[in-house]
Amino acid sequence: MTAPGREQRPVLEVVDLVKTYGEGETAVHALAGVSLTVAPGDYVAIMGSSGSGKSTLMNILGCLDVPTSGTYRLDGVDVSELNESQLALVRNRRIGFVFQSFNLIARTSALANVELPLAYAGIKPAVRRERALAALDMVGLANRADHDPNQLSGGQQQRVAVARALVSQPALLLADEPTGNLDSRSTKDVLSILDGLNAQGRTIVLITHEDEVAAHAHRTIRLVDGLIVSDVRRRDIAPVEVPA
Amino acid sequence: MSVFEIFGFALRGVAANKLRSGLTVLGILIGVAAVILLVAVGNGSAKQVEDSLAALGTNTLTVQGGRGGDTGYRTDLTLDIVKALQDRESAPDVKSVSPVVSSSQTLTFGDASYDVNSVIGTYPSYFSASNSVVASGSGFTEEDVDQAARVVVLGPTTAEELFGTVDPVGQRIGIAGQIYSVIGVLAKKGSTGFNDPDDVAIAPLPAVQRSLTGYGPVSSITVEAVNADAVAAAKAEITAILNAKMHVADGASSTPYQIRDASQLLETRTATAETFTVLLGAVAGISLVVGGIGITNIMMVSVTERTREIGIRKALGAPRRVILTQFLIEATLLSLAGGGLGVAAALIGANFEIVGIKPVVMPDSVVLALGVCVAIGLFFGSYPASRAAGLRPIDALRYE
Ligand SMILES: Nc1ncnc2c1ncn2[C@@H]1O[C@H](COP(=O)(O)OP(=O)(O)OP(=O)(O)O)[C@@H](O)[C@H]1O
Ligand SMILES: [Mg+2]
Repeated sequence: MTAPGREQRPVLEVVDLVKTYGEGETAVHALAGVSLTVAPGDYVAIMGSSGSGKSTLMNILGCLDVPTSGTYRLDGVDVSELNESQLALVRNRRIGFVFQSFNLIARTSALANVELPLAYAGIKPAVRRERALAALDMVGLANRADHDPNQLSGGQQQRVAVARALVSQPALLLADEPTGNLDSRSTKDVLSILDGLNAQGRTIVLITHEDEVAAHAHRTIRLVDGLIVSDVRRRDIAPVEVPA
Repeated sequence: MSVFEIFGFALRGVAANKLRSGLTVLGILIGVAAVILLVAVGNGSAKQVEDSLAALGTNTLTVQGGRGGDTGYRTDLTLDIVKALQDRESAPDVKSVSPVVSSSQTLTFGDASYDVNSVIGTYPSYFSASNSVVASGSGFTEEDVDQAARVVVLGPTTAEELFGTVDPVGQRIGIAGQIYSVIGVLAKKGSTGFNDPDDVAIAPLPAVQRSLTGYGPVSSITVEAVNADAVAAAKAEITAILNAKMHVADGASSTPYQIRDASQLLETRTATAETFTVLLGAVAGISLVVGGIGITNIMMVSVTERTREIGIRKALGAPRRVILTQFLIEATLLSLAGGGLGVAAALIGANFEIVGIKPVVMPDSVVLALGVCVAIGLFFGSYPASRAAGLRPIDALRYE
């Protein structure tokens, strides 16, 4: 049972999504017709073997890639109808994306990396510095703000990437194997951050190979060869915790 | 986002990879400086030849001779010939005729002595014909010539070697045991590269003949034409007079005299120098191309890294315009820094003599070198960026 008034318009709605790489005999059907709806505040784990199309799906959801066919509605808006600058705006304001391979900008301090989305949102330097420091503090890296990515451990880099994804307070957080490169301690750190964000009402979709990680989510979707084979909900969408 | 903030991004981008930025600046610097300096050296050598020949006088013809040619007659350059050349009617294009005798002598002043390159005995007209300007004191006059007065005008090198800081005008010096009064000092002409035209002592012809060379034939005759355009006509007139005086048959294959034409010399030398400049210009062009390829290379090498960076920036929601502006500013900063330093390096380098030539910077070459190198830097700095900015974020992130 969902709380009244929470059954609003879905955040994500994909219908019959197909992504084909290449042509003819060598064509790879990374996604073979995926339909999926994610409600606000949901916490979804996507699982599946390597090459099953998880990252492909995630990249499309993050507006980083376009599907071969099928529709994708984000907050009710058909993404294929957005132009280049509207897409930039969507990536900046609506979505926080955590890459499997961190993708921090080299030779640029952790703080500057985290500030980037805010800078592109046109927020004043003093304000964005404050917010970026708060985000770094949240992932426990306030004391590493001036370090360049190559001076940070893998787990720390991943947490900087998480801080960068959440600094603009997007309603939707997409994370492609955010714990894939981390040890169990760092994994716990990152997951507790994600749990906290979900408790505040953020919608989270993450990809993982690990059952312990998926156990944090409310719902687990399994992909096989570009098709959804199971979609299991374990918990209802939690009511928003109002911070004391 | 304000342009000001994007500028800050660009500055950080330049500072983030100091080696890459440094190499880019260096590439542009070398390209620009090489082109400007090479052209300046070529130009400098052309100027040098031009100046030294202009110093010799462009309106003058020098008759040398008295040797060779078997006409059976006297072929020495005598004062009789000088008189004939001075004839207004048969030589209307001749302004002045100055016989010249010269010899190497030791000058003495008190305890000081100096071996002057040449003591020249001549007429007052020689000063104007040879572009010799009296800087202090005065030259000698026709009267001094008539009286065989022992007065002398010194070249600046000679004056300095002999007198040091003492003012030579009014002093008495010894030339081969004879006492001469110094009445003037010439202005500096500067070296022609072959010999020093400032190392002379000029005195009235009869005085020099009496005390030094004897009254034989003169060693050469300097003829000044009325103007530069009349040089050819004057030459023809002199030739006719000399042929008549020396009984040279019409159509003889060789003459016992030679007429050296300074303006002709000037033309060939200038032409040579111009060829030199063109040649250096070609070398400069090649170095511009090579420098340009270097700049292109270093810009392209950084593309992979930058493309991924652009992918990240796009994924974080950077508008295309902001990315393009940032990379254009970065390329502009590097190109201008490289170009500016290149011009500075070239201008500093131009203060030094290079293979004995004082380079003279041509403003055109500065504009050309700066224009081409900066354009290349701008294009190859911003073109890959604009291409990357047009990609989907995921394609930019996957770029290899
Ligand atoms: N750019 C591409 N060009 C061609 N084929 C691709 C491309 N990207 C992905 N694929 C193919 O699409 C399929 C799905 O890839 P995807 O990256 O979505 O897998 P994944 O589920 O994320 O795997 P993993 O768990 O290993 O990350 C794979 O077979 C892959 O080879
Ligand atoms: Mg993947």
